[in-house]
Amino acid sequence: MTRSSRRGFLGQILAATGTAIAAPTIMNQLQEKDQTIAAPAPGEVALTLQVNGKPYSVNIEPRVTLLDALRERLNLTGSKKGCDHGQCGACTVLIDGQRVYSCLSLAVMQEGREITTVEGLAQGSTLHPVQTAFIENDGFQCGYCTSGQICASVALLNEVKQGTASVITPDLTSLPQLSQLSESEIRERLSGNLCRCSAYNGIVAAVQQAAGQTPPEPTALMLVKETQV
Amino acid sequence: MRNFTYNRATSTKDAIQKVMKQNNSTFIAGGTNLVDRMKVFLDQPTELIDISRLDIKQIERTREGGLRIGALASNTALADHPDVRSNYPLLSRAILSGASQQIRNMASVGGNLMQRTRCPYYYDTAFPCNKRQPGTGCPATEGYNRMHAILGASDQCVAVHPSDMCVPLVALDAVVEIEGTRSRRQIPFGEFHRLPGNTPQLDNNLASGEIITAIILPPVPFAKSGVYLKLRDRASYAFALISVAAATEVRDGKIQNSRIALGGVAHKPWRTLEAEKFLQGKSANAETFQQAAEIALQTAKPLSQNAFKVEMTKRAIKRALTVSAQGGGVV
Repeated sequence: MTRSSRRGFLGQILAATGTAIAAPTIMNQLQEKDQTIAAPAPGEVALTLQVNGKPYSVNIEPRVTLLDALRERLNLTGSKKGCDHGQCGACTVLIDGQRVYSCLSLAVMQEGREITTVEGLAQGSTLHPVQTAFIENDGFQCGYCTSGQICASVALLNEVKQGTASVITPDLTSLPQLSQLSESEIRERLSGNLCRCSAYNGIVAAVQQAAGQTPPEPTALMLVKETQV
Repeated sequence: MRNFTYNRATSTKDAIQKVMKQNNSTFIAGGTNLVDRMKVFLDQPTELIDISRLDIKQIERTREGGLRIGALASNTALADHPDVRSNYPLLSRAILSGASQQIRNMASVGGNLMQRTRCPYYYDTAFPCNKRQPGTGCPATEGYNRMHAILGASDQCVAVHPSDMCVPLVALDAVVEIEGTRSRRQIPFGEFHRLPGNTPQLDNNLASGEIITAIILPPVPFAKSGVYLKLRDRASYAFALISVAAATEVRDGKIQNSRIALGGVAHKPWRTLEAEKFLQGKSANAETFQQAAEIALQTAKPLSQNAFKVEMTKRAIKRALTVSAQGGGVV
């Protein structure tokens, strides 16, 4: 039996017997115990990934993407696999604060980097303001692209604060502040995240709210409108 | 993806030594194209040499007044550099028009030059492809070729180079700095990439074991007026159907200097020196720009599905020159 399946099995048993609260602690102990005994199998390398402020040690083949490592090995399934080719954005995470596609990143190359996934955005039970804004503005329908949209939006807001241009920024030497960020700018800056439900109006409204702007009323979002990009 | 051994390089010299040791070893930096190609078994290296942590990321002013761009600077870092935004806005806008913020954060400047065509027949190993397997044929010449070349193609390959960044770089007379097993050398940007000819498997003139260490931009004062116009099937996050990088220096209504380069039309970023020569000394008006566009496209040979690109490119050249002559900005 592999380590991950044993851990998963144990988690299910504990949850089923009503001791779900204790499960993470016991599972962490198990994980730590595993780390001390397991040596990398042929073709694998020993690797420590720093994710959401916590170190995770795994033995992993160099060909494993960061996305697969997060989902299949660290049980952080918030990051989603949509296209697996860097075309949809569902796998977006932050590495050292910058948004990237985890499906095109090799886990083995991320040693020493600080990785933030959607699981790492909330402070305890307090959601990140971008998460709240997505809920309050209907920034999703099926939810599959949402963790990527939220991670990308968190990065977007930081980029604007730090003075990052977009291709439609009128003057490259005078960049927009968050309060002036236009709807077209938000759409352009989020173009690396697709939503097959097309919840784009709600997503844009959520980013507007998180940027400190007043988003349109939800009913206004239901009207078909033409957007100049 | 096939598994491989992973090796982290400590210096460019170390990287070159490591990559030369094994036959099927290759460098990885941002990985945005290589990892994707590995996933579809286009590339099956047995070893990856990770160069992403090498200390060649800096973007610095040169004594001549240009910029020296470390090959591992990210696309984002280059597009956002204050000197690039104010002195080479066409380069900033070309980069920002390419891919998405996520990709631009990951992708390196050197890797942008090394990315391979997105021709669907090249990408799909079920099809023959002279670029992938020389001598097997080119389905694109008769098949789906709407996105393909109209200039400089051969009967062996009609693929286009997908980069936006490279289009202003060739227009600006950039230089590629390369380190090899024994020496360093510099290649003018226009001579870095190749036309397909009878060797479509070769995209560029890098020798085995060579690594791009920097791109050097000379000072081009009139590049401040430079523009980048990209036309594509959707407004963002798509490869170009065609694109134009243009810059003009206009004094008293006459064109003193100009640069025009095209993307999405050829196997390499395509400079149009004859059109530039024609423009010199001419009045900056619609008629002149139209003539320059005709000259730039006079050797165009469209395929069965992409004749539209010829007219589209001409109009884009006219528009880019017009906006640049008025001082530049968003086209």
